[in-house]
Amino acid sequence: MAKIASPKDLEQYQKRAKAARDKIETFITMCGGTGCQGSGCQEVINEMDNKLAEKELQESISLKVTGCQGFCEKGPLMVVRPAGNFYCNIQPDDVEEIIEKTVLKGESISRLEYQDPKTEEHILKEEDIPFYQNQERVVFKNNGFISPTKIEDYFSVDGYSGLAEALYNMSQEEIIEEVVNSGLRGRGGGGFPTGQKWKFTHQEDSNPKYVICNSDEGDPGAYMDRSILEGNPHLVLEGMMIGAYAIGASLGFIYVRAEYPLAVKHINIAIEQAREWGLLGEDILGSGFSFDVEIMEGAGAFICGEETALMASIEGKRGMPRPKPPFPANSGLWGQPTNINNVETFGNVPLIIKNGADWFNSIGTENSKGSKIFSLVGKVNNTGLIEVPMGITLREIVFDVGGGIPGGKEVKAVQSGGPSGGCIPKDLLDIPVDFDRLSEVGSIMGSGGLVVMDEDTCMVDVAKFFLDFTQDESCGECPPCRIGTRRMLEILNRITSGEGKEGDIELLERLGEDIIDTSLCGLGQTAPNPVISTIQYFKDEYEAHIYDKSCPAGVCQDLIYYNIIEEECRACDRCRRVCPVEAIEGEPGGNPYILHDDICIRCGNCIEECPFSAIEIVPGQKE
Amino acid sequence: MELELERVDEIVEKNKEEAQKKSPLIPVLQEIQNTYGWLPEEAMKRAARKLGVSLAILSGVASFYNEFRLKPLGENHIVVCTGTACHVRGAPLLVAELERNLDIKVGQVTEDQKYSLETARCVGSCAVAPVILVNGEFHGNMTKKKISDLINDELQ
Repeated sequence: MAKIASPKDLEQYQKRAKAARDKIETFITMCGGTGCQGSGCQEVINEMDNKLAEKELQESISLKVTGCQGFCEKGPLMVVRPAGNFYCNIQPDDVEEIIEKTVLKGESISRLEYQDPKTEEHILKEEDIPFYQNQERVVFKNNGFISPTKIEDYFSVDGYSGLAEALYNMSQEEIIEEVVNSGLRGRGGGGFPTGQKWKFTHQEDSNPKYVICNSDEGDPGAYMDRSILEGNPHLVLEGMMIGAYAIGASLGFIYVRAEYPLAVKHINIAIEQAREWGLLGEDILGSGFSFDVEIMEGAGAFICGEETALMASIEGKRGMPRPKPPFPANSGLWGQPTNINNVETFGNVPLIIKNGADWFNSIGTENSKGSKIFSLVGKVNNTGLIEVPMGITLREIVFDVGGGIPGGKEVKAVQSGGPSGGCIPKDLLDIPVDFDRLSEVGSIMGSGGLVVMDEDTCMVDVAKFFLDFTQDESCGECPPCRIGTRRMLEILNRITSGEGKEGDIELLERLGEDIIDTSLCGLGQTAPNPVISTIQYFKDEYEAHIYDKSCPAGVCQDLIYYNIIEEECRACDRCRRVCPVEAIEGEPGGNPYILHDDICIRCGNCIEECPFSAIEIVPGQKE
Repeated sequence: MELELERVDEIVEKNKEEAQKKSPLIPVLQEIQNTYGWLPEEAMKRAARKLGVSLAILSGVASFYNEFRLKPLGENHIVVCTGTACHVRGAPLLVAELERNLDIKVGQVTEDQKYSLETARCVGSCAVAPVILVNGEFHGNMTKKKISDLINDELQ
């Protein structure tokens, strides 16, 4: 294959790719992201391939398997273009009908259409669905249109134009200036200005320099980076190349979790393609700039999301962080100047170079520019990946994009920032989402996990959940984090098992502050946040656990009991049969059943099984 | 069980060659685990010699990262995701159900070597929480009922 030797060449290939795309009359996009794979999209894709071949339609109709389209909950997803029919929850049996009716005749199939849970109205097109309508897709824009394993598809959306612009029309300083002016801040959690970081690394004299793309997305409840890598890997590569050119690096690393096999596969394919086409390697686009990328698969350690630990891991060591300064920009990988940015940050870079800092600046709030991708999960109707402008309120995210809380329940809080973040109570849902406002209310932007919690979520249990996580993931290097998080967890375990005592809340607060002040790295410095923010906003729940020995949300097993409501029980015997410990007694058709609390292990089987909702969870301990 | 340790040499050679600037150490451990399903001590010793590092260094790295296993898995490996989204949607109850059903604790293997059980921090399929993985395959929107069907029917 001929290598692309100049920006003119690139333009030719882009034109050719667009012409090839426009020639196809109908194309069907199927989401092939990990979420949809979990819902069985591969069977539907295979069936579609077979049927199109059977009907000899492969020439006029193209099936495109894309990366994550975001609406994971409704998967498998399909859009028939250009008409735009959007179908969800598709099964292999539906394929025949889709081809015959929708693809060939333009008729819609009612049962596969999206139905608004609030209005019960059927919505035909993707862009009219509230989940999509209320988003602003910038980085994610092409995820639903291109095949991540075809570089031609990336060319067809002007891919690598940003790189050509940077290499030929801008100096290193001008690129950095543009990124500084755009106001782009790191999307991995810290929110440090990206342009500044580049400037520091650029200023260093020592060579070689490295760029690293941090894809060690470890926050539980967050999967934005995975979906970008899966769905549009060339966008990330292009961003890395521009960054590498600007700071003067000739080698880059993508540090990606081994738990994301599809992302690893797609980024590997993209690197191979970029090398074949001459976009990686020597003398890129004939500009004299040389750059290559290596993949490093992470081995499962949350701490490796911290940049100094990540570098230790690439060096083949235990992933332990070290004190900063020196910062990676001065002394990073193998002691050389290194620039580390997150996947989403790099994904924004080509767009800024192509469209200019002013365009990027026009989205967002004063100190938080651009859009942000969030994974909206937990107790919310529309779960999935969303991209929204900075400054949107949490209420808009939960209710307009997310479609509200399932089962008619009340929202209680939204957790942002993963184990380093905090829980924002429902009274504060009207705050605009940006870096500053989130930290003012005791949380952080983090990498973009938003977990919605309803009245059935126990906030003490949530705090314990995160502490259990950070305590386990603490690398053990510095004592405040290693011992402090363990002591906090012990106290929380005591409180949730009914052994809480007066002074525990104050002790948690004091310990938390000390750990924040004295820990070595970001993990320890933020680990107490979930506890401190839940004490701040939900102190009454802690008090109920400690003084009333009761879990108001009905979660903590030692502070609740199960009760059979006599009036509702029809003595159908189902609960007794599913009880694993024989805690339920009764005769079919006889008197209401009796549940022995001293035997019950609160596994929930009986509640799930009972058709009459006759078994309830009662907060508190049985007398 | 006799292990074919020659594979270890190939793995080390290959990874040394491929790595441009990263250390081959972790990739070597990953590939050994992919080959044998876990990290047998004999394989580690051989790899350490080939890599020119001490066994202490190599074991130190292996024990640091969650991915590495120092004992073999069961025939069917079940992983319950306990990420935040899965947690608030009931993952702890799924873990308890599996522990009861298989009569082992998380991290253990059943006596007949048929099942092993682990939890994961987050597998990134939060939209279909709670999620379990059986032999690497995703099962979303899990319930206890689906788990017993899976164990009692499909995996028999």
